[in-house]
Amino acid sequence: MATETAVDVVMPQMGVSVSEGTITKWLKQKGEQVEADEPLLEISTDKVDTEVPAPASGTLTEILVQEGETVDVGTKLGQIGGGAAAPSGDGAAPEPQAPQPQAPPEPATQAAADASMAAASEGVGDVAPSEQAEPEPEPGRAAAAATSNGKTFVSPVVARIASEHGVDPNQVEGTGRGGRVTKKDILNYIESGTQAPPAAEPQPAPAPTPEPAPQPQAQAPPPQPEPAAAPAPPPPAEKPAAPPPPAAAPAHVQTGEQLEPMTAMRRGIAEHMRRSLDTAAHVTSAIEVDMSKVVEIRKKLKSEYESAYGVNPTYLVFVARAVVDTLRDYPWINGEIRGDKIVTRNYVNLGFAVELQDGKGLIVPVLKNVETLNLLGIAKGVTDIAQRARDKKLIPDEVQGGTFTITNPGGYGTFHGTPVISQPQAAILGTYAVVKRPWVVQDEVGNDVIAIRPIMNLTLTYDHRLVDGALAGRFLRDLRHRLETWDESAY
Amino acid sequence: MAELTYLQAISDGLRTEMRRDKRVFVIGEDVGVYGGAFKVTLGFQEEFGHWRVIDAPLAETAIVGACTGAAIMGMRPVAEMQFADFISCAWDQLVTVAAKQRWRAGTPVPMVVRLPSGGGFSGGPFHSQNPESSFAHIPGLKCVCPATPEDAKGLLISAIEDPNPVLYFEHKHLYRRIKAEVPEERYTVPIGKARVHQEGEDISVITWGAMVYTAEEAAKQLDDVSVEIVDLRTVMPWDKAAVLESVRKTSKVLVLHEDTRTGGFGAEIAATIAEEAFEDLDAPVKRIAAPDTPLPFSPPLEKALIPQVDDVVAGLRDLAEH
Repeated sequence: MATETAVDVVMPQMGVSVSEGTITKWLKQKGEQVEADEPLLEISTDKVDTEVPAPASGTLTEILVQEGETVDVGTKLGQIGGGAAAPSGDGAAPEPQAPQPQAPPEPATQAAADASMAAASEGVGDVAPSEQAEPEPEPGRAAAAATSNGKTFVSPVVARIASEHGVDPNQVEGTGRGGRVTKKDILNYIESGTQAPPAAEPQPAPAPTPEPAPQPQAQAPPPQPEPAAAPAPPPPAEKPAAPPPPAAAPAHVQTGEQLEPMTAMRRGIAEHMRRSLDTAAHVTSAIEVDMSKVVEIRKKLKSEYESAYGVNPTYLVFVARAVVDTLRDYPWINGEIRGDKIVTRNYVNLGFAVELQDGKGLIVPVLKNVETLNLLGIAKGVTDIAQRARDKKLIPDEVQGGTFTITNPGGYGTFHGTPVISQPQAAILGTYAVVKRPWVVQDEVGNDVIAIRPIMNLTLTYDHRLVDGALAGRFLRDLRHRLETWDESAY
Repeated sequence: MAELTYLQAISDGLRTEMRRDKRVFVIGEDVGVYGGAFKVTLGFQEEFGHWRVIDAPLAETAIVGACTGAAIMGMRPVAEMQFADFISCAWDQLVTVAAKQRWRAGTPVPMVVRLPSGGGFSGGPFHSQNPESSFAHIPGLKCVCPATPEDAKGLLISAIEDPNPVLYFEHKHLYRRIKAEVPEERYTVPIGKARVHQEGEDISVITWGAMVYTAEEAAKQLDDVSVEIVDLRTVMPWDKAAVLESVRKTSKVLVLHEDTRTGGFGAEIAATIAEEAFEDLDAPVKRIAAPDTPLPFSPPLEKALIPQVDDVVAGLRDLAEH
């Protein structure tokens, strides 16, 4: 890529539902030399934080959007080459003029960006955090999309259907004029189900990450001590400013109905839930746990924790602590399918589903490296992230990188559920109401008697592609054992 | 049910209302003794008397002005322009007085102006126009354009009932060519509701008046393309929901009208589709309309100007191949 051609750096599309992003840091300054695919800047959106690789080699001639600013997807952020480029012989055009003569390439680049946005909208963003260093998959793909989309027109309805179904129109054989993909073509394509592997889901299970970073996640936490990220970016929860991205056709209202706009968060949830069910083979197992021991210890600890630390040791905290310990013996349940490999970890990043106060949203903040925390540490961590989730004070990094998730719908008295796995994790634990129930136990002489016991149901919903039923059963059994025989001194 | 021509259906609707409601009267050039230039009111003067079937002087301003006054005073006048083209003479009474009255003074103006419109019979520049879009642009006026005998009767009755000035565009080319079963009893067809003339999957044709039949003929010539024809029936207010629904189904649209292209009502429809159904479009919205030229007398020239079946076939082909 030559430096004399100006190449735009644009805000990439970080997922279907994301319409804007915030620049957290420019990694290069104006005038600096950059190599293609070298990290150029960091951005954050309500879905992900990522680095944006340089689209070309050359001099960073312009920075148009400063750190801390939030702009729409597709906005030009800066420029590589062009203006301050090495004079290529014809000294005719001096710097100030440069952008003008360079005009033609600009729309082309923009078109390419738009095209790949419409086409493989999720591809760029979700792969980026761990993979932007790998030049091969992305640029090649983007380029292919750009050229073919440059030739054939993607009509609005085709673009919409493609984006709704995560299909790359380039994968569809077109029967329209000049090989254009018509609405019928793409609908037939989707109906026939042929799109499955190539286009639909490149991101949840990113292509086999080659050797260099076998544990990209492990590297993620260290750099995160939030040097740049912490102050600037907006809370990931709310994104009211941006115009909602294209979605389903505007519905007309029937008598008695009301329409309200879908928030970016709701779209994000909708997309993720659908994608998760389309990706993982969900199976749920349930187990009943006698919480007598936990209830007793909690009673003891509660006043101490509250007066000394201002936190409440909820049942959830006990369960979380026991889960982390149990996961150590079941690395696959704390793992992930990535391409044709299985990822396991020596750490646990625990996600907690938190209902937002307006009752219209849910966010899953992640407590990192929970294996290093004792019961008090988890209690403090959960209290902190839950509060900041409700106050919309989380930084984007805190909703990512989870390796296992706990959801607690039991607060409303429900005793069973089948939660949806947070991709790309392998499982999610559901905790339910602690209810006093008649329970058959053995008295001191070994006779069966009925006692009143506080019972909690736990469910493990797991991705059967990776986790077998027996493994899930053993996990739940061990988890129950830990809770029923809680060792106060150990935690 | 009796089989009536489009023209007989109009007469039938008018007669029904005149028999039912003494406030309804007819006024126009030659509507009485002669029975109207097209014989819509033939026999009316005998039945209803010359005070309810009034032969007016050759002065459209006077006819529409008289109707406006009578309507304000509680009558239900139905004026006939001998040809829709002549309504330009009554522009001021219609646009300045009748259309605004209800907003200025709060008084309803329940009047109907019947407008024999359209070309296709070598009527030349003064006797062939389709001026619906000019009046659709005037707030306060309603414009209906029935295509079938059943709608002709039902919409005329609705127009007479309506408390606003309603322009009733009756296509001359349909008068005796189109015949269909029409209920004998009184019924109404709601103003503002479109009708799917023919269901289809691939392309929507949005049209009204005589062009409904042009579209139908064209659709028959395309075996491999499934065409949906939406007959708007009413140009103002127009049935946006029905149009958008059809567009969302087919994603390809042909807007067809006999009126000239620029500023024709098709432009409004195309713009609305672009605004509200952009993401459902699989091809640019196509318009077929007459070029921006007064209609000639010469039959071959007139054919060249008014959209013909072949033109519509070509347009549909183009959309299908897009």
